[in-house]
Amino acid sequence: MNEVFGEFEEIRPEQGTEHMSLAFKPSSVPLKQRWRNNGLSADFLGDYLTTFFPKKSDDPKTVKKQAVVRDAATYIANELLENAMKYSNEDGNILNSINLTLMEDRLVFTEINGITKQQEMDFKAFIDELENNDPDELFMKKLEESAMSDSSSGLGYLTMLNDYQATLGWQFDDASGEHKVTTRVVISI
Amino acid sequence: MNLIEDENYKVSYQQEDALVVFSGTLRLGGMSEYAPIVECLQKAVSETGSLTLNLKDLDFLNSSGIAMLSKFVISARNKEDFELSILGSNETPWQEKSLKNLQRLMPSLTLRLE
Repeated sequence: MNEVFGEFEEIRPEQGTEHMSLAFKPSSVPLKQRWRNNGLSADFLGDYLTTFFPKKSDDPKTVKKQAVVRDAATYIANELLENAMKYSNEDGNILNSINLTLMEDRLVFTEINGITKQQEMDFKAFIDELENNDPDELFMKKLEESAMSDSSSGLGYLTMLNDYQATLGWQFDDASGEHKVTTRVVISI
Repeated sequence: MNLIEDENYKVSYQQEDALVVFSGTLRLGGMSEYAPIVECLQKAVSETGSLTLNLKDLDFLNSSGIAMLSKFVISARNKEDFELSILGSNETPWQEKSLKNLQRLMPSLTLRLE
């Protein structure tokens, strides 16, 4: 089984000028203890990128550009890592990994994690909701719903779509004998 | 003054100024971890008719944090004649991108980015 949803562009990291991957074993330490690694990793990816967007003191646009790229990379990477940590199959052997590839005019994030059959069904239901609704209306609906419940599920993807103009795509496969999802997020820079 | 903080962030409620100031990086693990901040904000709403949230020094907020702020704005919207102001920074990209959504939840909200 190999199913693709959304805008899942085939991108190999070697197509980019620079790329970086980080991988984690989902069950190595308790979730609460691992949570801080999401922030550390996201900050690292965002900070690393700033090298390629140097600030020039006589050009305010370069200062803004660096801040915008760093902010977007950190936000998106953090959301992908948080999702992977919350919704991955802790009993499986698939590592959670994130890859950030810098292309000429785009940043490409690729997050891979193992999922249980139930998590896969829930995820596909959410993707179906995304694909069959206006993202802006769905975003406002989810914000309203957040007042009624303790769930903020799906808001990360909706902010990427609405506030960061990202394109999102997913690939589900079980070629390794375990269910796996690859999430790809692309933003223009 | 009421203060909630850890090594990464600080939220202080300054009752005398009807002001809540956020600073640092907020990426707590889900809505339940935001509960103490939500409680602090609800308390502020119950004690005054107008409130300002100063987010200028809040460098980062995850989506659970955005949900927390939305939840708060909706509760402020539901209180009759409540005046809510949010002060943000136009040098912090996430604030330029995402704070406008709060104003859509509560059209009477005053949003100032400076």
